[in-house]
Amino acid sequence: MALLSSVDMATFAARGFLRFDAIVPEEINQQFLADIGHRPENEITSPESHYARVMATSTIPVIAAGSQLKGAYPVGGAVERILALPEIAGMIRSLVGSSPVLDHHFLHITFPPEFYKGNAPVAQHTHQDSTIDTRSAFDIQLLYFPHEVTADMGGTRFIPGSHLRVVSEASIGRYQNIVGQQNVVCPAGTILVLHMGIWHGGGANVSDGLRYMFKIRLGPTERQTRLWNVSDLPDNHFDQRPIFWTGEERAPDDIHTILTEPEPWFEFDTARLEYINRIRFWRYLLGDDSFDADYWLTRIENDY
Amino acid sequence: MVRQQVMVLYLKSSALDTGVVAWAFYDGSGETSPMSGDQGEPPYKTGVHALRDGWRLIQASPLVPQETGAENRTSYLKYEFFFEKLVECN
Repeated sequence: MALLSSVDMATFAARGFLRFDAIVPEEINQQFLADIGHRPENEITSPESHYARVMATSTIPVIAAGSQLKGAYPVGGAVERILALPEIAGMIRSLVGSSPVLDHHFLHITFPPEFYKGNAPVAQHTHQDSTIDTRSAFDIQLLYFPHEVTADMGGTRFIPGSHLRVVSEASIGRYQNIVGQQNVVCPAGTILVLHMGIWHGGGANVSDGLRYMFKIRLGPTERQTRLWNVSDLPDNHFDQRPIFWTGEERAPDDIHTILTEPEPWFEFDTARLEYINRIRFWRYLLGDDSFDADYWLTRIENDY
Repeated sequence: MVRQQVMVLYLKSSALDTGVVAWAFYDGSGETSPMSGDQGEPPYKTGVHALRDGWRLIQASPLVPQETGAENRTSYLKYEFFFEKLVECN
């Protein structure tokens, strides 16, 4: 099992996602596509009939919310094999611990224009999943892309760094485009892991083929403190560094730097609030409220 | 006939001459059908650039004090500006 590094975790804390390109071997991708009954587009008569066939014939189980992930998927099946990959098992362990529960899963199938009977396909509005969620604990969503996703297939659009904003689900539908948004274009076998709060939406598929994306939401059953490989935390991790008048370029992979790197869409003032929220999140992950980066929390906690 | 086009710009601050961080279009003429994720670059550099191109500002978000107990919480994009253009169409 390959646990995440501290830099990986800090990146997840700051940006709300990690991406594993082509991490799933092609043989497992083909097993997954065969299991769900993918077939040439000209053999599919309608979205409804295709979904019905997938539901009836695939080995993707129907699972009660809150079930243990362990044992949820048939042994030797594609999903079980994906979750057992060392990098994926280590990522899950690092983020949600050793006994996560399965909230839900779903196979998203995005159909090309020929299935819309004259109406052009429309992208899904940007939204945050579930509902208002103010926990320090967090769920993760694994997005598995079993085949190559090209730009015209409308791969999932997401907004890096949006995960700590507290909004109410589809209320943000007006935000059509945000500077820095990413549209998933990826090789087969890519897995994207998202913090539950990431703003996202499915794109319109204007290609000739179906697009598949299998999503699994996992929740923790333990406090998510120091679950990753913390051996690379530097000795000076709790030390403060000079701010503003710094004198030298800062290393981009320094955890303090990662936590205080703005996204291009942050407003001037809320960028600073985002740093504060990231630092609080990192304190939660470290299990240590003495951590600070660039004095953002120490300054406002210096009260008498 | 005349129809309304609406553009929403989200800026870096409450000042109209700061940069665009997000945007949306709605086209009452039916000539275009904008949708989420359809553009990679902002239509204007700042709100003032939109004014110079003929867009009329019709609404700006107010400045609201942070809620007590949630002063550091981030939520919706803060600096929202609605613009309109009236266009002739068939």
